[in-house]
Parts: sequence; structure tokens; C-alpha cells
Amino acid sequence: MKHRTFFWFFLPTGLAMLLFIAFPIISVVTQSVHTPHEAVLVVSENCGPFGCKEEITVDMEATEALRAANPVGKFVGLDIYFDRGHLAVDEVAAAWRSKESLGDFVGALGNLPFYRAMGFTLTYTFTVTPLLIIVGFMIALGVNSLHRHLKGLVIFFSLLPMIITPLIGSLILFWMVDSRGILGSALQWMAGDPDLSLKASTTLTWVMLIVYGVWHSAPFAFVVFYAGLQSMPQETLEAAMIDGASRWQQTKHVVVPHLMPLVTFVALIQLMDNFRVFEPIVGFNAAAHATSLSWIIFNDLGGETRQLTAASTTSVLTIIGVAILLSPVLVRTWRDFKGKT
Amino acid sequence: MSSRAQRMPRGLRIASTGFIAVWLVLAAFPFLWTLWGSFKVEIDFFSIVDWTDALTGDKTIETYGSPFTSAGYAGAWVQEEFWRAVINTFIVCFFVVGTSLTIGTLGGYALSRSGFRYTFWLLMIALIFRAMPPITLVSGYLLPFFEWNVWGILPTTIVVLVAINQPFTLWMLHSFFQSIPKELDESAKVDGCTQFQAFRRVIIPVMWPGVVTTGLFSFLLAYNDFAVTTMLLSKENQTMVPKIASFLGTTQTEGNVMFAVAAVVSATAPLFVLVMVFQRQIVGGLTAGAVKG
Repeated sequence: MKHRTFFWFFLPTGLAMLLFIAFPIISVVTQSVHTPHEAVLVVSENCGPFGCKEEITVDMEATEALRAANPVGKFVGLDIYFDRGHLAVDEVAAAWRSKESLGDFVGALGNLPFYRAMGFTLTYTFTVTPLLIIVGFMIALGVNSLHRHLKGLVIFFSLLPMIITPLIGSLILFWMVDSRGILGSALQWMAGDPDLSLKASTTLTWVMLIVYGVWHSAPFAFVVFYAGLQSMPQETLEAAMIDGASRWQQTKHVVVPHLMPLVTFVALIQLMDNFRVFEPIVGFNAAAHATSLSWIIFNDLGGETRQLTAASTTSVLTIIGVAILLSPVLVRTWRDFKGKT
Repeated sequence: MSSRAQRMPRGLRIASTGFIAVWLVLAAFPFLWTLWGSFKVEIDFFSIVDWTDALTGDKTIETYGSPFTSAGYAGAWVQEEFWRAVINTFIVCFFVVGTSLTIGTLGGYALSRSGFRYTFWLLMIALIFRAMPPITLVSGYLLPFFEWNVWGILPTTIVVLVAINQPFTLWMLHSFFQSIPKELDESAKVDGCTQFQAFRRVIIPVMWPGVVTTGLFSFLLAYNDFAVTTMLLSKENQTMVPKIASFLGTTQTEGNVMFAVAAVVSATAPLFVLVMVFQRQIVGGLTAGAVKG
């Protein structure tokens, strides 16, 4: 295809991505190094019958003029990145110096919003991803051995947790594990503790969110692995059987290696997707116990005061995090590409 | 899998079937439970005294004289005007899917037919864009949108969602078009067609399976989005998902939770139908990316 033709074919989609993805990224980076102008204050002396008082008023006109002249705000460099709401360098350094034990230091980090969110995001990402691969693999093996008339039905119901809007899915589960809901009551009954509430405990909230994460994403792994099982070479399996491999050995030495590329694929996709965990925190109303990077951005942007600077800074840090997770995928694709040409 | 030696021993068969049964309950029960409960009053749905109330609807009978009530639905759809959100959602989804498929097929086709190096880099950039959480972009949108006075209206959100959709659409359609033999449009070009004519007369008639699958995923992205729609739509123009989230803000008053439950069930229903009709395409689409690596 000629360059010219390519250009015209690609123009609409390229333009859309340039204007609404690339430019916003630049804008986010710019905003993260600027802060809104402070109001211009004027000190005037106000003398009354009871003596003179100094009065501080906001010079509206001057403030407006300043804001109009430079709408992005005042350049502050990386200050926002290092403030208490983000990387909190001073606080971390102070905590490191005054630490009595490593646990103490980690505890101190847990009080800083960014590290708290980072802690949950990473825990979530790195527990949900392996768990969903295992669960998905087991479902795939189970469904594969079912009678073929049942398969369609099982696949239909298995797709539901994945297709459902994340916010709606988490709400549905949240209502069930509510202390008055059916699962919540069942748990209270099983634990023999009528005051048990998943919402009140940090650990249980984390467990709940992780269970939701696995419930939501396991179907994806299942479908991918199930498709992989369909292309399983039967000869290899038979050969393994003739050599006397038990069922477990067949699974371990034939099925799993056959599915390994798919496991890598699912793991890479899911690492990136789980890193952006956000809706379940809103749905489960769990912000008191668990926050994620995306949730911080959402929280800063919402409400009356839209804290664009703070949100932009967290956005940039999140993008850096995603980039780190993405790098193995990029390297892999690059190798494939070089291999082809 | 039918050879006799490969048949499972009974114990394993029972374990495996049992596991699938448990998974089926986990996957389906929450939806059925919520559907059932959405026709009850709140003290039945959240039954403090006795959980069987939720099944039999004792309190619902006391209040409405029948074990089922559509009060939640009436409250959500009429009183809280959920129908507006439904209409908005379908407008947004329709235009997002339409636009992103139109420009996505052109782009994806071009990427699959051009052998130059930059196509690889464009795909790489698209992959990076695909990996970024959409919410990180929102703070970049707000200032200019306020400035140009386009914040809060549906067209803005549609355009943004189309753009966010593009990286995924491009990847999907790119790999689909690569599976269509190049000889098809090459021969059309030999016969004197321009590239665009070749695309229109030869490729368009055979591209529908790939386009339908991609369209499904575009639809899901637009339908399921929460971060972008909450941030970019004003209260009057909300789509379903942010609307449901806003119900939750006012959960204190009795009955409002049931509005949210009814709204949640209403928003799930289209997805149910979608999976039922397009199960095969969804499975195919999920695996297409995987099997090709």
C-alpha cells in the first residue's frame, strides 16, 4: 500500500487517538507540574473606634487577571510529586529514620495515601492474577470433560460474571455479603458471630475484593484455556498414556506445557487490567479500607473542588506503573516483529 | 476424548462435575438472587430477622398483598427517571459502536495491508494506549472541555469513548484482516480498482464476522464504562452506570436501595440477551487474540 493511501485510510482513527489520547496525556503531564494560582491577597489597615486592625482581602481582579494570563497555573516543577499526597519523600525519609523495625516502617507508609493505594493495588494485582489463572484452568478442564450438550449452557453462565458491568457486578455481590444479605447472614451463622461484618474489617474487605476480582476475571482465563484445550494434540496425550503416564502426569507434562503460551497471554493482559482496579472499590463502598491508584484519581476529580493537579500527578504515576507492567509485553512483541522481518 | 482408556475414573468425574456445579452456582446465583429480590421490599431483600423472608416475601405480602411488587422498578424508572439514562446509554452505545467500527475498519485494514515499518510502531503505540486506564486521561479532558463549553453533553462523551475504543478495535481488526488473503484485493487492484474500491467491493462483503465480534466488544466497553461517563456527563445526561452509582449516594432513605436493585437488574438484562445471542462470537473474539499470540 502506498504511503498516501495508507495516510488517508488511517487518518480518522489516527486523528481520534491523537486528539483524545495523546494530547490529553501531554495535558495531564503539564498539569501535574503546575498548581492553580493562589488568590492575590491585599493587606489593608482598617481603623475603627476600637483601634486599627489589619485586614486581609482577596484582590479578585488581580487574581482573575493572573488566572486569565496563565490558565494552566503556576509552574512548580516536581513539587506535587513529592508532596504528602503522592510520593511523600519527606514523610518516607522521616519514617525511615525513626523506624524501630521494618514492620513499623511499613505501617508508617500505610498512613500515606499514595503508598496505601499502591499497597492495595499491588496486592490485588498479584493475588488475583495467579488465582484467576488457576480457577480458570480448573473450570476449563472440568467443562472439557462434560457432556457436549451441557457445555454450551455452562459457557453461557460462565460468561456472565465477565460480561457484566464491573460496577454492577460488584454491587450485586455487595448486597449479598452485606451483613443483612444472604451471604453475610450465612457467614455470620457459620462463624457464630452475629456482629460479623465484612465491611468493618480491613482484611475481610481485601479478601472480599480479591474474591470479586477472581469471580470477575476467571471466565476470561477459562474461555482462553478452553479454546486451547480444543486444539490439544490427541496423539501426544495417547503417547503419554501408552508410556504409562497417570492422569495427573498427563495434565502436568502434556496439557500444561501446551497451554503455557496462553497462560502468559492471560497473565500479561490481566496484570494490566487488575492494576486499574477501581469500580469494585466504589461498588463495595470499600474506600475506608482499600484504595487504589485509580480510585485516588477519581476521588480527586469528583466533588465540588476538582483537584486537577493532584489527580494529574497520580495519573502520571499510574501511567508509569502501567508502563512497567507493560514492558514485558512490548519486549515480546518487539522480538516477534524482529523475528518476522 | 471418547476413547475408553481416557474415560475418567468415577471419583475424579464426580469431583470435576461437582467443581463445575459449584462454579455454575457462583456464576449464576448472584444474578438470579438479585432478580428475584428486586421484586421484594427492602426488609425482605435485606432480611434481618429470617433469611427465608427474601424467598417468600412475607413483608412484601404485608405491604402490597402479594409476594411480588414492582415498586422498585416503578420508583427507579418513573420517579427517578431511569428511562432517561436507558435512552442515553443506547444513544451513546449506538454512536460509539458505529463510529469506532467505521474508522476502525479503515485503519485496521490499512495497517494489515501496508508492509512498512511504521505500521508496527503504530500498533505498538495503540497497545500502550490500550493498556492505560481511561481514568488517567480524564484530568486531561476536563480543562479544555470546560473552556470550550462542551462538558456534560452526550456527543463529547461519545467522541471520547470512540477514541478510547480505537486501540483495541485496531488490534482486533488488524489481526482479522490479516486472516483475509491479500490476493483478494490484489487481484481487484490488478483489474483496475483503486485501493478504496478494492476495499469497498471485495473486502467489505467478507469482513462482517470480524466486524460483528469487534463491535460486540466496543459495545461492552461503552456500555460498561463508569470512569469516563461519570466524569464527563452532567446529571441530566447520565447514562445507566453513573445513574446507578448516584442512587447509592442516597441509600439512607428506605426504598432507595430497591430503586438501585431494580435499576441494576434492568441494566443487566440487555447483557444477558447479548450473551445469549452472541455467545459464539464473544468466545471467538476472546480467543482470537490469544491463539495468535
